[in-house]
Amino acid sequence: MLANTHHASLQSTLKQSLSVTDQPQQVVLLAENICKDINSNGETLRILSQLNLHCTAHETIAIVGASGSGKSTLLSLLAGLDMPTSGKIVVENQDITLLNEDARAKLRGEKMGFVFQSFLLLPTLNALDNVMLPLQLAGNLDAKNIAIDALNKVGLRHRLTHLPKQLSGGEQQRVAIARAFAPKPALLFADEPTGNLDALTGQNVIELLFELNTNTGTALVLVTHDEKLAVRCQRVLKLVNGSLIASPQTKVELEAAQ
Amino acid sequence: MKPFAVLKLAVNLLKSQRLAGELSTLFFALTIAVTATTAVSFFTNRIDQTLLQQGGLLLGGDLAITSREPVVEKYRIEAQKNSLKLSETAEFPSMLVLGENTQLVEIKAVDAAFPLRGDFEIIVSDKTERVNHGPNQGEVWIAPQIAENLQAKVGDILTVGEAQLRVGAVIINETSRGGDMFSIAPRLLMHYADLPATKLVQIGSRIKYQLLLAGSQNTTQISQYYAWAKPQLVAGDRIDDVKNARPEIKSALDKAQQFLGLSAVTSVILAMVAMCLASVPYTQKNMDTYALMRCFGASKSRIWQLLGLQILILAFVASSLGCLIGFALQALLSSFAGALFVEKLASPSLIPLALGFFTGIGMMLTVMLPQLIRVSKVPVLRILRRDFLLSNQYLLAYLPAVLLTITLIYLQANSVNLTFAMLIILLVLVGLASLLVKLAAKLISAIQFKPSNTSLGFASVIRRFNLVSIQVAGFSIGLMVLALLSIVRNDVLQNWQASLPVNAPNRFMINIQDTQKTGVLTQLNAMNIRQPVVFPMIRGRLTAINGAPIDLNKYSDERAKRLLQREFNLSTALNMQADNKLIIGKWWQANELNQPWVSLEEGITKTLNLKLNDRLRYEIGGSTIELTVKSIRTVEWDSMQANFFAVTPPGTLANYSASYITSFHLPDTKISELNQLVKTFPNLTVIDLSALIKQIRDIIFKMTAAVQYVFLFSLLAGLAVLFASLQATSEERLRETVLFRILGASKQQLAKILWIEFLLIALLASFIALLGANALAYYVSENLLNIPYQFNWFFSIQVLVAAGILIPASAWLMTRKLLATPPRQLLQSI
Repeated sequence: MLANTHHASLQSTLKQSLSVTDQPQQVVLLAENICKDINSNGETLRILSQLNLHCTAHETIAIVGASGSGKSTLLSLLAGLDMPTSGKIVVENQDITLLNEDARAKLRGEKMGFVFQSFLLLPTLNALDNVMLPLQLAGNLDAKNIAIDALNKVGLRHRLTHLPKQLSGGEQQRVAIARAFAPKPALLFADEPTGNLDALTGQNVIELLFELNTNTGTALVLVTHDEKLAVRCQRVLKLVNGSLIASPQTKVELEAAQ
Repeated sequence: MKPFAVLKLAVNLLKSQRLAGELSTLFFALTIAVTATTAVSFFTNRIDQTLLQQGGLLLGGDLAITSREPVVEKYRIEAQKNSLKLSETAEFPSMLVLGENTQLVEIKAVDAAFPLRGDFEIIVSDKTERVNHGPNQGEVWIAPQIAENLQAKVGDILTVGEAQLRVGAVIINETSRGGDMFSIAPRLLMHYADLPATKLVQIGSRIKYQLLLAGSQNTTQISQYYAWAKPQLVAGDRIDDVKNARPEIKSALDKAQQFLGLSAVTSVILAMVAMCLASVPYTQKNMDTYALMRCFGASKSRIWQLLGLQILILAFVASSLGCLIGFALQALLSSFAGALFVEKLASPSLIPLALGFFTGIGMMLTVMLPQLIRVSKVPVLRILRRDFLLSNQYLLAYLPAVLLTITLIYLQANSVNLTFAMLIILLVLVGLASLLVKLAAKLISAIQFKPSNTSLGFASVIRRFNLVSIQVAGFSIGLMVLALLSIVRNDVLQNWQASLPVNAPNRFMINIQDTQKTGVLTQLNAMNIRQPVVFPMIRGRLTAINGAPIDLNKYSDERAKRLLQREFNLSTALNMQADNKLIIGKWWQANELNQPWVSLEEGITKTLNLKLNDRLRYEIGGSTIELTVKSIRTVEWDSMQANFFAVTPPGTLANYSASYITSFHLPDTKISELNQLVKTFPNLTVIDLSALIKQIRDIIFKMTAAVQYVFLFSLLAGLAVLFASLQATSEERLRETVLFRILGASKQQLAKILWIEFLLIALLASFIALLGANALAYYVSENLLNIPYQFNWFFSIQVLVAAGILIPASAWLMTRKLLATPPRQLLQSI
């Protein structure tokens, strides 16, 4: 099992380096040797240790792992929501560990999109306003049209003025996806995007995410438990003991194995 | 992001929250705050002006410059410059002749503008009329006494000096007559322009000239003029406003104004408390929004801009609305209250509107500042980790709110000491609230309750320790100011009632001779008049102080000169009069009679520079006596009792001839009997004070009504604000209620838990409030109103009971809807 994993990991690394040399892909996200310690009751706990990750444009990566393995912590570090104890994280050629919180926020606004397990729509804003919000914050003057277009793409053209609580869970997540894709980010982080949805709705949301990934070229970094979702990604990385190891579960690899 | 885009987004965010409870609570609290501030200050402002005008009735204007010479031109010019209304009068005694009959009268010549305040009630051809002007040129109006004594009637021609003037009317009531309590002669009114023709004005004639002034709208006009004129006065001239013209009115007016100021302070404090309570859940609810925005790339300054703009817009709308409602309310209130006043309430000035508006904006900004800081520091991680703690609050951020409160209290109370006292009490209250809640929580957790709804209710208090502390502090401050207002109101009203009881003496009888004393008393007794106290009156002139003869030139004070030229009325008494208060020295004992001692009134010792143990030589009827000052006391001149500057022990002045003075209450039904008595003893002089007393009582009655109205309004505003703050904290309970419901708690159980929790809060809060209110009331009564403070057990129990019922009941009323909703629906609203 261990050898197998090791082998897969090697294979994956090989493939990555190959692809880099074959067709030079732009690296949108790079994490080098990141460590994250937290203090818990006076004891220092190392959540992430010497973790490495890189993601190129268009790429889709799933990060899986047991509960409490540090998936969400990793995601928050990659998105610049939190700072690593050591190591460096580069997003679109900018080392975000060197930026202050406001600069990181600016970078998030320009380059990153987010989809959360609990949707996190603003309860008092309707669907359209929710999608418009990041666009408005970025100073986009055409926010409304872009937002309508984005909602159209997720099939919610007819629900623009509905408040989140008037929408079903699936619809809410579709609004969140429209909100994430509307500013055309280079990188999209999704934290258990199907975690709060039933199987069928979850499936629809997955289709939507990958469809948009194909159409827009936005790289996807997903944290998930959902195997169906994980296997759709080009790479599946498993977080074990604070480090990422490749897992031979991707659709491509499964197909190759067959 | 362009500025306009920021504004648009801010408006959008604000508009989108229209349904959210936290926003409406904040908005509601601010609107009520501004409404209360505006309405109370509008109303107090108008009543303040009206009361001054009411007082002005006694003076005939708002200000009077009195002089022995015709009024100097510059006073008139300055008055015209300030667009004050003015009127000139001259007053002097004169003998009037009609046929065989003569009569001493008090002539008052008035111009066409007189009276500036008040009116006359006159009889012309058997019809009573109210007019607000004096007699026409060529006419006189006479008091009924003159008409009777001279057998004169309307249309007759009277000889006044060398002028022939026609009787135009008989005066029944003259509002400005009250200014001269002891002018014994009956009134004759004539036109100022007829004065030269009478040839009564000659060099050396004792004429009192007055220039009366009245402002049109605000009282500042008058106070500015007063401040200008005061230093211009030459020796012998005087300027009086309503307050220093009549001590009884002054003390009543002062108390009314202080009370109204206190009411305005109350509304300010209540408003601040409600706003503070409402601001916390508002930001808590919005924390996610701003964390999410940070996640989407908004900078800290953008968050500040967005929140700041929303708060400004909110403040602007709520303040405008509050001003509008406040204005409407005071108009409504004034239309009720106005009916109680003779004249209509003074029209409102715009100051309260501006004050209310800017108070609202200022309150919102300062109250929200700490919340803004919290929100702008919201960690983005809150998005992923819901349990993330909010950044600690900066105590310094609360400073602007505290400073604003202090400023507002000072503006309304107009007293540094009161502001300071309020501040200390407020700080102590907040500290006490958290301390007592902590103690209560400790106590509750120490006691092992059997698992029951009661213990669950107690447990809520421990669980939500911080929230409960804030709530107890908020309620106790709110209750404290309301209780304070009630206590002070009671004190003021009782003091007013006591100052002029129904049977206050309304007649003075002077000049009773030694031999007539028993006879007069017997007859008064027969008339069922309560045994009146009779004081001897010995007239003596002060000729030397500590052996040094009096030199008038050494006194610069006009009043001192006047007093020294006249004879003093000395009296004797065994006991000090009840309304006097000894401030220095000792009153004599029963075994110290016949001693050459004297007790002096405080005012006169100041005017004449006298002190304890000074030796005063009096010349009484050709012989002299030297008296040592043994005590100095204050006298309540407004008590309508006979009082004396100088009192000696009984026996000391036994060898000097005395006349006697007494005062008593004469019921209207006994007037003819009194006339009978005066006929038996024709040398007696009876001074009728009933008209003056009626006027004073009228004014006090109106002030009482005003105080009651303002109190009622403050009470309503206070309750509304308390209700708002209750709502502000209800959100926290929603989550818990839902959880309890899901875990199987019944509606009854939840209601019981709620009742117990809030009963505890209410009792703690009202206990703290009563402590604070009584401490402040003690301070206000003793130091500002000069009313002795009394702790009122009954009132305290009433407050405890009322709070113990009202607060849990309101809390229950507000959560009742929650209890009736199915849990599934509630889950969605979290």
